[in-house]
Amino acid sequence: MSFQPVLLWSDALLFVLIAAIVALALWARHEDNLRAAWGRVLRDRVAMAAATVLAMFVVIGLLDSLHYREKLESLPGEPVRYAVEVNSVLDALLSGLRQRGEKTYSAPLATHLFAKESVGDASQRDFPRLKHGGAHLGGQLDAHGADIARRALLGAAGGLALWFLCALGLRRLKAVPGGIDADGADAAAPPLATAAIAWTLLPILVAGGAIVALAGGYHVLGTDKVGQDVLYLSLKSIRTGLLIGTLTTLVMLPLAVLLGILAGYVGGWVDDLIQYLYTTLSSIPGVLLIAAAVLMMQVIIDTHPQWFATSAERADARLLALCLILGMTSWTGVARLLRGETLKLRELEYVQAAQAFGVGRFAIMGRHILPNLMHIVLIALVMDFSGLVLAEAVLSYVGVGVDPTTISFGTMINTARMELAREPMVWWSLLAAFGFMFALVLAANLFADAVRDAFDPRLAK
Amino acid sequence: MLAYIVRRLLYAIPILIGVNLLTFALFFVVNTPDDMARMQLGVKRVTPEAIEKWKAERGYDKPLLWNAGAQGIAVVTDTILFTKSARMFVGDFGRADDGRDIAREIRERMGPSLAIAVPTFILGLFAAISFALLLVFFRATTLDFAGVVLCVAMMSISGLFYIIGGQWLVSKVWHLVPISGYASGLDAGKFLILPVIIGVIGGIGSSVRWYRTIFLDEITRDYVRTARAKGLPERVVLFRHVLRNALIPILTGVVVVIPTLFMGSLLMESFFGIPGLGSYTIDAINAQDFAVVRSMVFIGSVLYIVGLLLTDISYTVADPRVRLQ
Repeated sequence: MSFQPVLLWSDALLFVLIAAIVALALWARHEDNLRAAWGRVLRDRVAMAAATVLAMFVVIGLLDSLHYREKLESLPGEPVRYAVEVNSVLDALLSGLRQRGEKTYSAPLATHLFAKESVGDASQRDFPRLKHGGAHLGGQLDAHGADIARRALLGAAGGLALWFLCALGLRRLKAVPGGIDADGADAAAPPLATAAIAWTLLPILVAGGAIVALAGGYHVLGTDKVGQDVLYLSLKSIRTGLLIGTLTTLVMLPLAVLLGILAGYVGGWVDDLIQYLYTTLSSIPGVLLIAAAVLMMQVIIDTHPQWFATSAERADARLLALCLILGMTSWTGVARLLRGETLKLRELEYVQAAQAFGVGRFAIMGRHILPNLMHIVLIALVMDFSGLVLAEAVLSYVGVGVDPTTISFGTMINTARMELAREPMVWWSLLAAFGFMFALVLAANLFADAVRDAFDPRLAK
Repeated sequence: MLAYIVRRLLYAIPILIGVNLLTFALFFVVNTPDDMARMQLGVKRVTPEAIEKWKAERGYDKPLLWNAGAQGIAVVTDTILFTKSARMFVGDFGRADDGRDIAREIRERMGPSLAIAVPTFILGLFAAISFALLLVFFRATTLDFAGVVLCVAMMSISGLFYIIGGQWLVSKVWHLVPISGYASGLDAGKFLILPVIIGVIGGIGSSVRWYRTIFLDEITRDYVRTARAKGLPERVVLFRHVLRNALIPILTGVVVVIPTLFMGSLLMESFFGIPGLGSYTIDAINAQDFAVVRSMVFIGSVLYIVGLLLTDISYTVADPRVRLQ
């Protein structure tokens, strides 16, 4: 093998999460009430448009989670060695963007560096040409604008062609009888909002095609201080955002569900203890508790360098620890909600019937109470996601976010912020980070709203 | 009522002890003072003597919980738990790593923090409730739909964007107010106006949406139908009936943050260079000054508990049916 797969802890957890979602989806197909609720989500046009955008982000994030180490050239007979650097499949796909670094800042689609430098003898100062951006133009700089337009048009045309294929595929999917479960009560409406998906794909694919075509010869979103391509950085940030948004909730859910149900169902001193626990934790201002815990974690990681083989592993451990800390500080809200709901459910007839039949406490909690709380859990999961993605940027600014070597929206904003005072301003890396974050969070918010509307029994018509 | 307040205050004591023990565990048990000293001194200067000196200067050289070498009551009092954690209950926060008295620093920085947090809070609340009522007045129209879309879009934008964008547009392009800084007295106005406006705009998306949901919940109730049936105009229905009945859920979210306004806003203060408690905390985090972070955690939880108590009391004011016992 010319490479060695590397499974970081966060990758493993992410794949476990994906497997759990697939398993739950398969199970939900056989549960009438779940199928009806998800059917409402699938028919919701806004939700499906948002899901399309989210799916794009998830695909990029997953590609970025398949890590490997490349094999180094070695003489025959020597033991096989692998590179220290851990790369992902996304890195391999974007190797062009990753390797064609410039010296420092350059504006989007530029052919010259952003700062003047001494050219030839020291008296002459000019903007030097970029090593890669627009290098294929050679000396014909007049053709710059025309070349950009030509590439963008060609790329957009390619994207359009791809879109036609996708749209045709979506039509066929719709035509397959039983291909998608229709909710019997609402048979008139299409079971899946395919039109919304198709119209969302159109701008994504056309713009994506143009960007791919341009990225071959230019830095589409410019380069940052050390000359890294901003488009590459933005795409790499997606995984960090997704991980923080999902793993945090995954970490906190078991704790919140267990303690919430225990407090509500068992009552007595267990209830008092659990209530005391979450009141104490939630009385500490969130940012400060996170800051305190992250500072401590940093000291532990710094004093135990022997735990981590590569710097990627160390950064990954820090990312996971951040998720853990965010989870430990945010389970209190969900636990409180679940406790309240359990208190209500405990008094319902079917639970009392189960008690009368002599069903054990834990069986009642697991079989009769937990399934009826799942909608709260699901709503909490999707509603928290966008807040966590936004929180990452703020925490990284405060200095208690991800490892500075981890590419994330927060670290991008943090480094770009220093350059705001420059004249003229370096705006592209800030805008790229904010733009990608906005798209991700907006899609997540819209999707979360649809899920909440579909699952919240209070909103059921 | 008084008995209720006293009981709630007594109930706060175990919570504060819990917070205190938690911070103690985080800062002194998970990390020993030796680790702290090593990090503060840097890699180069670490010698056992330097670590001992650093700890002795700051009083970290005592045993954690039990000083077996001391006499009498000092067995308990001459320990880190007592000198560093327990004394916070009487307002003695000790000294920061740069040698300044933390309690004094907090008193001095409270003013600027309040100067920015209070106007942001009041204006934000006023704007959010007004816009929410407007959307409810025009409910199920295009205006309502557009308003909700705008809210979702605004809450999807990072708070950092509002700050950075606002500073760039207002201070750098239009040159209307200074980018950052602070002055005492009336001069503070020109430094405060931009952070206050940005604070209001940054929070308005989620709060308008939240209040709109609360109002829409109320508007389907029977008393609203009765009010309309007896011929009241919609404006009166909204302001006199819906707004007053929606006060309980609004107060739940609002009153609890009033005491924490003292803590200031981390982001605003640090971006706009306002010497309040928020920027104090950020500086302490960046300098890894654990004494300050520990004090802020403690003060924050005290203020939060006060906020919870105020929330309960405010219910009785808003709704005469609520009796505290």
